[in-house]
Amino acid sequence: MTDTPAIELTGATKRFRTPSGALHTAVRDLDLTVAQGEFVAVVGPTGCGKSTTLTLVSGLEEPTEGEVRVYGEPVRGIDPKVGFVFQQDAVFPWRTVLSNVMAGPRFRGVPTAEARERARDWLGRVGLAAFEDRYPHQLSGGMRKRVALAQTFVNDPSILLMDEPFSALDVQTRALMSDQLLELWAGTGSSVVFVTHDLDEAIALADRVVVMTAGPATVKEVFTVDLPRPRTVEAVRLEPRFVELYREIWASLGEEVRITRERGAGRAA
Amino acid sequence: MPLETVRTEAGRAPAATTRTEARERAARNRRLGVHAARAGVLAAFLGLWEVCARADVIDPFNFSQPSRIWDQIWQWVSHGTAQGPLGEQIGYTLYEALSGWVIGVTGGVLLGIALGRVRFLADVFGPYIKVLNAIPRIVLAPIFLIWFGLGPASKVASAVVLVFFPVFFNAFQGAREVDRNLVANARILGADNRRVTLQVVIPAATTWIFTSLHVSFGFALIGAIVGEYIGATKGLGLLVAAAQGTFNAAGVYAAMTILAVVALLTEGLLTFAEKKLFRWKPADAGDGR
Ligand SMILES: Nc1ncnc2c1ncn2[C@@H]1O[C@H](COP(=O)(O)OP(=O)(O)OP(=O)(O)O)[C@@H](O)[C@H]1O
Ligand SMILES: [Mg+2]
Repeated sequence: MTDTPAIELTGATKRFRTPSGALHTAVRDLDLTVAQGEFVAVVGPTGCGKSTTLTLVSGLEEPTEGEVRVYGEPVRGIDPKVGFVFQQDAVFPWRTVLSNVMAGPRFRGVPTAEARERARDWLGRVGLAAFEDRYPHQLSGGMRKRVALAQTFVNDPSILLMDEPFSALDVQTRALMSDQLLELWAGTGSSVVFVTHDLDEAIALADRVVVMTAGPATVKEVFTVDLPRPRTVEAVRLEPRFVELYREIWASLGEEVRITRERGAGRAA
Repeated sequence: MPLETVRTEAGRAPAATTRTEARERAARNRRLGVHAARAGVLAAFLGLWEVCARADVIDPFNFSQPSRIWDQIWQWVSHGTAQGPLGEQIGYTLYEALSGWVIGVTGGVLLGIALGRVRFLADVFGPYIKVLNAIPRIVLAPIFLIWFGLGPASKVASAVVLVFFPVFFNAFQGAREVDRNLVANARILGADNRRVTLQVVIPAATTWIFTSLHVSFGFALIGAIVGEYIGATKGLGLLVAAAQGTFNAAGVYAAMTILAVVALLTEGLLTFAEKKLFRWKPADAGDGR
C-alpha cells in the first residue's frame, strides 16, 4: 500500500444552474481525503450535497472549482476503478436480473460465459439466485436494491461509492448486507465512501465518520471510529465506545439538521 | 369440537369453489354479452341501411346498400376486378404501404435518436424539421406522382413522408427523456457512448417508438391509397377511383371495406409483436380493455 490517497477533494465546489437561472451552490470548498483501503461514512442533513459529492468523485460531474483526484490523478471522465451504488433505482428495467448483473462485465468486454458465471456468483451472495429470470418490476424494492449491489460489486471496484445503499432494505437484510459488505471490503482492500442517514450503520461500518454541514455541504467534523476490527454490526453496537461516539456524532449532526429544518420552515413561510 | 371444525371446513370448501366458478361464469357471460351486443349493433346498422335503401328512404345510387356492396366484393373475389385479380390489388397496396412504412420508420427512428442524443444535430436540424412538419404533407402526393411516375415509387414516397414525422418526433422525445440515472449507471458500469445509445437509449425509447408505430401504419396506408387514387395502374386506391369514375357507389364502399379489414389485420399483428417485445414492462391495468 502506498501513501497516495485513494480519493482527494481539495476546495471542491459545485454550483448548479437552477431552472430560474440562478446559481445554486450544492457543495462549497470541500476538503476530504480517503486513504487506500479506508472506509469513510458520510452523514449530513438531507439535501446538503452528499450525493453531489459522490458524483464529483465518480467523474459523472465536474467540480465548478477546486480539484478531485483519484489515486493522485485528477478525475477526467469516468474511472473504471470506481463503482457507484445510486440512491435512486438505476437497474435496467428491460433486462432480467441476471442480465442486469452481467451488464458491467459485458460493457467492459468480458466474454458472455465468464460474465454470466461472475454474475451468478454475485446473485448467490446477495440471495437472489432463484430470481435471475425475473424482470425488475417483478421484484420488491429491497430485492431491486440487492440487484444494484451485485451489479456494482461484480466489477470489482477499488473505489466504492455508496449512496444510502441499504435504506430500502428491511432491518434484518440490512444487518446481513452490512456484515457482508464488511467482509467483502476486508477481502478486497477497496476504499469506500458510504453515505447514510443511519448513525448506527455509519459507526458500525466506518473507520471515520464525516459530518457535513447544512447545505452547501462542507466538512464540519470528522470522527475517528477506534473500534477494533473485524466487527459485526450486531456486536459492535453494544460496546461503550460505540455509544459514546454515537452521542458525540449525534450532537454534531443534530445542530446541522436543526439549521436545515429552520431554513426549510423559513422558506415555506 | 374437532368434528365440528372438520364439518365447517368440509362445508366451506365446496362453497369456495362454487364461488370462483360463479365468478368465472359471470365473467364469461359478460364477455359473451359484449360480443353479442357488438354483433347486434352491426346487424342493426346494416339492416337499417338495407331497409332504408330498399324503401327508397335513402338513394341507393348515392348511398348504395349492404347487399350490393357484398355482391361487389363477391364479384371481385370470384371474377377479379377490371384492373386484374383482387388479390393483386391488395398486394400492391400492401406492398407500397409496407415499404413506405419500413423506410419511414427506419428513417424516423434513426434520425430521432441521433438528434435526441447529439445536441449539435438537434440545434442545426430542429428548425428545418419543424418547417417540413408544418407542410400538410398529403399535398406532396401529386408532386411525387410527377417525380416518380404512375408506378409504386410515388406511393411509397407519399407513405414515407406521412410515416416519418410522427415516428421521428416520438423517437426524438424518447431519446431525450431517458432516465438520467440509467444513463449514469450504464456509464459507471463501463458503457461507452455507443453502448449507452444502443443498450440504454434505444430500449428506453422503444415504448415511445411503438406508440407511434400503430398510428403510423395507418398513415402509410393512407399515403399509398391517396397516391393510387391520384394516379396508378394497380391498387385498392385505383379501385376506389375507378368505381367512382363509373358512378359505382357499391364499388367505393366495397374497396373501403376491404381496406378496413386489411388495416385491422395488420394492427393485430403489431399488437402481437408489441406484447412479445415488452415482456419487461409491468402489465398495466388499462391494457385489458
Ligand atoms: N442537477 C441538479 N440541478 C440543480 N440542483 C441540484 C442538482 N442536483 C442536486 N441539486 C441540489 O443540490 C443540493 C444537494 O443535493 P444532493 O442530492 O447532493 O443532496 P443529498 O445530501 O444527497 O440529500 P439526501 O440526503 O436527501 O439524498 C440540493 O439542494 C439539490 O436541490
Ligand atoms: Mg442523496
